[in-house]
Amino acid sequence: MSQPQSAAAPVRKPVEGFLDNKKFLHPKFAANYGNWKTHDRPRPGVLHHVSKTGDEVWSIKCGTQRQMDHYTVRNLCDIADSHGEGFMRFTMRSCVEFPVSTEAKVAPLIAELEKNGFPVGGTGNSVSMVAHTQGWLHCDIPGTDASGVVKSMMDDLIDEFRHENMPNRVKLSTSCCEINCGGQADIAVVVQYTKPPKINHDLVSAICERPTVVARCPVAAIRPTIINGKPSLEVDEKKCVCCGACFPPCPPMQINDPDANKIAIWVGGKNSNARSKPTFHKLVAAGLPNNAPRWPEVNAVVRRILMAYKADGRPWERMGEWIDRIGWPAFFEKTDLPFTKHMIDDWRGGRVNLNASTHLHF
Amino acid sequence: MVKPMHPTPMLDELEKGPWPSFVTGIKRLAKDNNMAVDLLGQLEHSYETRMGHWKGGTLGVIGYGGGIIPRFSEIKNPDGGYRFPDAGEFHTLRIMPAAGMHYDTNTLRQLCDVWVKHGSGLIALHGQSGDIMFQGADSASVQKAFDEFNEMGFDLGGAGPALRTSASCIGAARCEQSCFDEAKVHHLVINEFLDELHRPALPYKFKFKFSGCPNDCTNSIQRSDFATIGTWRDNIQTDDAMGQTWFAKHGVNELVNDVIGMCPTRALQLKATKDVKKSAEISSLTLDGSQSLEIDNKSCVRCMHCVNVMTGALAPGKDKGVCILIGGKSVLKIGASMGTVVVPFMKLDSDEDYENYLDLCHRVMDFFADNALEHERTGEMIDRIGLASFLEGIEVDVDANMINRPRMNPYVNMADWPVAAA
Repeated sequence: MSQPQSAAAPVRKPVEGFLDNKKFLHPKFAANYGNWKTHDRPRPGVLHHVSKTGDEVWSIKCGTQRQMDHYTVRNLCDIADSHGEGFMRFTMRSCVEFPVSTEAKVAPLIAELEKNGFPVGGTGNSVSMVAHTQGWLHCDIPGTDASGVVKSMMDDLIDEFRHENMPNRVKLSTSCCEINCGGQADIAVVVQYTKPPKINHDLVSAICERPTVVARCPVAAIRPTIINGKPSLEVDEKKCVCCGACFPPCPPMQINDPDANKIAIWVGGKNSNARSKPTFHKLVAAGLPNNAPRWPEVNAVVRRILMAYKADGRPWERMGEWIDRIGWPAFFEKTDLPFTKHMIDDWRGGRVNLNASTHLHF
Repeated sequence: MVKPMHPTPMLDELEKGPWPSFVTGIKRLAKDNNMAVDLLGQLEHSYETRMGHWKGGTLGVIGYGGGIIPRFSEIKNPDGGYRFPDAGEFHTLRIMPAAGMHYDTNTLRQLCDVWVKHGSGLIALHGQSGDIMFQGADSASVQKAFDEFNEMGFDLGGAGPALRTSASCIGAARCEQSCFDEAKVHHLVINEFLDELHRPALPYKFKFKFSGCPNDCTNSIQRSDFATIGTWRDNIQTDDAMGQTWFAKHGVNELVNDVIGMCPTRALQLKATKDVKKSAEISSLTLDGSQSLEIDNKSCVRCMHCVNVMTGALAPGKDKGVCILIGGKSVLKIGASMGTVVVPFMKLDSDEDYENYLDLCHRVMDFFADNALEHERTGEMIDRIGLASFLEGIEVDVDANMINRPRMNPYVNMADWPVAAA
């Protein structure tokens, strides 16, 4: 593919700078910029915004597969041109919103999206699309695939995406290693390593900057050593928490293993400041197999947690707020998940997560 | 000439079910695209072995130190050649979308055209920091693809120990809760720090995010080193006509259970209209002929809950600005940490306000560059040196809004107390 460059070929000077978004705004967005009054949701998947001047815009929201072939992107563009108004925007969870300026366009646009396989929903108190990472498709350190886990999960949850039947919005994420690039969520599906790294001592000295790797370990379990006359690293496996932090700076410290890589589930993460302050998600299930291509054991636990929340949560309670009310014993009871010693926080500052009161749930 | 498909029995399972399938999409590409054919082969191999098979490397475009994510296949034949040669090099270009991820269809199609010409045709919209991820170019095509995207006005995003691509919510473009011009500030900050974005020279990554209100739709407190979140100082605004419409539709039970009972600081009360307190710090919303919702704005923490539930009837105040929290990050290495309040309130209206804001950004970035250890995020640095030292370093005065509660131990040298308390 590469063309030999002639010596005289001029080097193109890049134009550095962040593109202004003004020319990409739907005319209604531009005309009412900073002057919106209120909104409602006429049906799941549709937001209806009204400005202070009475101007209106409807945004129709659909899910996508995130990793899109250009045919899919062009398909979305064709729908935006034929049934929308030539503009679209993406959400942080890879949904697409099509703004239109008349209500009459809403139903035909929904029908066209659904006809083309794009589910309409993800608004309000529904389960939105999963924020996710690259996984086996493109990451250099993944413990599982992201797109496959998400596809399997959303196949199972599509009705909850299309309807607003949850107590409040539900945000999901998946992450292919413990770094958790997928982020905090009401329910997060995250790889959990269960064995210390397997070290290829022949390669360490050539590939890894050893002091950097030693410094990267959160529990100081790595130390320099000499193996077979070569500088290498060793891990105190009694101290090791199997987090995988050493693997990115030192690929010969392989943390991934097809059977030892398990999947853990975390709940109660919340980004918003509404009602309670933002919270991090908490570990509630682990040891689930990394069972490609459809991860049925993961989907079953996610569904069980969601259905318990759906049945018992009160309006506007997010997952974590629901658990705050009913208490952890009831959460584990209602979801039929085992509570184990691993969920008792012993990381630094972790005692703040223990119950230092007689506030008990029975 | 397109090569034959590799058998992909496991990936084929991901074509079943109602949600859009990325496998079906890559197969569409594979009809006339050998890179997609071999990508499917490589990915199927990952599904079979349940292991990733890419390694990183070093690759860039002229003038930049980051923004390209190199990937080389590790699946080799006995002779050392790639088993899936057409996807042996499968690099990603991170390209920054315009703020708010707005597009017109012509631009999106043009982006597709460039990517079909120089890459695989596979695009992730969008990555977790907010980049368009153009996935799959061989080494020789990276510069050409970048040149064409750059001709369109798009620029590379961040990677490595550098300022990263930022994100802002839809904000003022379509949201009534917007408390500042998110896209404008986003734009200003990225253009101010292009050098830090494109030529990695920081101790570790540094992320800005911009959310128009405390609903924090960009997850800035948990995911950014420098979170800028819209808020207000004065009273919640009320619209009596909309309040009455809301109350007629939802009734007293919803008002009490879903609004008043969920206020985190008990700032809301249901009162007979004649009993509503008259004070500059009280705002009230008429619900019907005799009852009102009384809001004690001194107790309100601007959490957004009542405004969310009764949007239009209630709204953020008029004296808008931003709150800045610093130090949010994910797990490695000290555990996930949220940003903490460093500036409780700052106006962002006038040119002078923007200058003050950018000046603060510079002080924070400079302090981070000078004082963080290698691979240390701002949150870890603050954890190590203490918030008070950080504030001194960036020349910001302490404020009781920065804490949940004062310290509960006596382990502090108080020799300079008289000066500090004076």
